[in-house]
Amino acid sequence: MNSDLTRVPLHRLAHSRTGDKGDTANISVIAYAAEYFPLLVEQVTEEKISALFLHRQPSAVRRYVLPKLGALNFVLDNVLDGGVNDSLNLDSHGKTLAFLLLTLEVKVPAEIARSLDARP
Amino acid sequence: MRQDTLAIGCAAGFGGDRTDAAAPIVETLIARGGPGVLIFEMLAERTLALAQLDRRNDSDHGYAPLLEPMLRPVLRRCLENGIPLVSNFGAANPRAAGRRIRRLAEEQGISKVRIALVEGDDLFNARGPELLSRYLSPADPGREMVSANVYLGARVIAEALRAGAQVVVTGRVADPSLTVGPAMAHFNWGETDWDTLGRATVAGHLLECGAQVTGGYFADPGFKDVPDLHAVGFPIAEIAADGSFIITKAGATGGVVDARTVKEQLLYELHDPAAYLTPDVVADISDAEIAELGPNRVTVRGVRGHPRPETLKATVCFAGGWLGEGEISYAGPNAEARARLAAEIIRRRIGDALSLRFDLIGVLSVFGDDRGGTLSDLPPSDARDVRLRVAGAHADHAQVERLLSEVTALYTCGPAGGGGLRTSMTPRLNSVSCFVPRELVPATFTFLE
Repeated sequence: MNSDLTRVPLHRLAHSRTGDKGDTANISVIAYAAEYFPLLVEQVTEEKISALFLHRQPSAVRRYVLPKLGALNFVLDNVLDGGVNDSLNLDSHGKTLAFLLLTLEVKVPAEIARSLDARP
Repeated sequence: MRQDTLAIGCAAGFGGDRTDAAAPIVETLIARGGPGVLIFEMLAERTLALAQLDRRNDSDHGYAPLLEPMLRPVLRRCLENGIPLVSNFGAANPRAAGRRIRRLAEEQGISKVRIALVEGDDLFNARGPELLSRYLSPADPGREMVSANVYLGARVIAEALRAGAQVVVTGRVADPSLTVGPAMAHFNWGETDWDTLGRATVAGHLLECGAQVTGGYFADPGFKDVPDLHAVGFPIAEIAADGSFIITKAGATGGVVDARTVKEQLLYELHDPAAYLTPDVVADISDAEIAELGPNRVTVRGVRGHPRPETLKATVCFAGGWLGEGEISYAGPNAEARARLAAEIIRRRIGDALSLRFDLIGVLSVFGDDRGGTLSDLPPSDARDVRLRVAGAHADHAQVERLLSEVTALYTCGPAGGGGLRTSMTPRLNSVSCFVPRELVPATFTFLE
């Protein structure tokens, strides 16, 4: 079974948007199809996201699961280098970070990988 | 059927939004025939501090700079068709905004307009600092305050509309309250109808960023395509007596409203899905689901509401020194190495005088960190079109000037082939939030005399 798994970037399975309040960012992860959602719940975890954002030194990473929306909501505290107050980042709101999150690799069954490849 | 619902269109999602978005909404509301309201959300967190600085320079200023171009194309059509206008475009000076709107109406041949001014949010006054010092952290009082405002709620907007206002001008109110207020007035909701207020608050949350729910800030070519994004239509919520709603958009426009656009905006700036706090209610979308009812017609079911917080959020802005930014481009063979050398030169010239950030635009810029660890760990990639960005901040203007002079000197003293130099200096604002008991900051409205 495991040999039939293929790695794909999360960007193929889900879409995402960042919001900010002060030095805290929230990043949604929304499955394109219901059959992808269990893969997200299983693999897009607080641990994985903490590791992906390690260089931004979040003080906490919380995940909320919204099964009826097929979505996850990540809240990352102190991840914006001080936020619009103090950050020297061009993107002091962290708006681009949704697409950093979507670079995470997810292992998907061969059947789903084939259906992704068949997309235009 | 349509007479049973109130249609609220949102023609702006921030202070710099498009000024041609309102007209298609207004025409859609008029063609629809039922009761309609037009709102504009124009105040981001620090927009108000900038407005307060404007007001300090000129007592007739301090409202949203785009108020006039936003209103001019639609004011007459709204007033003649019984469509009230509600907006926070009063910013730091609702009274001056009201006077400007009256003049605009007179220029368009309308002499009598009932303009309500909502006040009470502004604590940049004699009693503000003492009041806020009780709720701010001890380090904050004593710094140079630029603005201080509490987020007011829907009730005062509803009261103004019930009293006959055709235009309601506010300063700081919670963004969803711009929607909840008119619905509360129309349906005569009570202040403790929590589920109803929760649903209407979610409608307001979906409207408050304008096109972000209708295909704006959404397109990802090949993955999420949006038809005619250049002409994206702005949103309209059709709200029923129980607060349930359908999100749609202005007719004959581009963009799209579907389950995906609504989900993205539903979760935007949301933390705990069970507790979205506003002055009106604690909205709870933890059990919410989305249904597409037809093309560009989406509803959200399962929203609940819980009793509102006892406190109101206040945002206080302090002067925050200066931000300097300089950029210079390197292209062609060995471009990345030359850009990295330029960064090293600036680092050695400035030393520890101020903390610096370096970005290589085209290699790594926004994903990195202020300490520069990500960029220094990244092996050189032989990128051939690289723009070095240097940023530094300091309380002392002269220190930041010195940084910008060093970037400018890269022209003749830096690596080969640098071009397209730009530098800029901007004042910074620091904002902090605190929570104030609501009974200490009563909201009022008055009609412009």
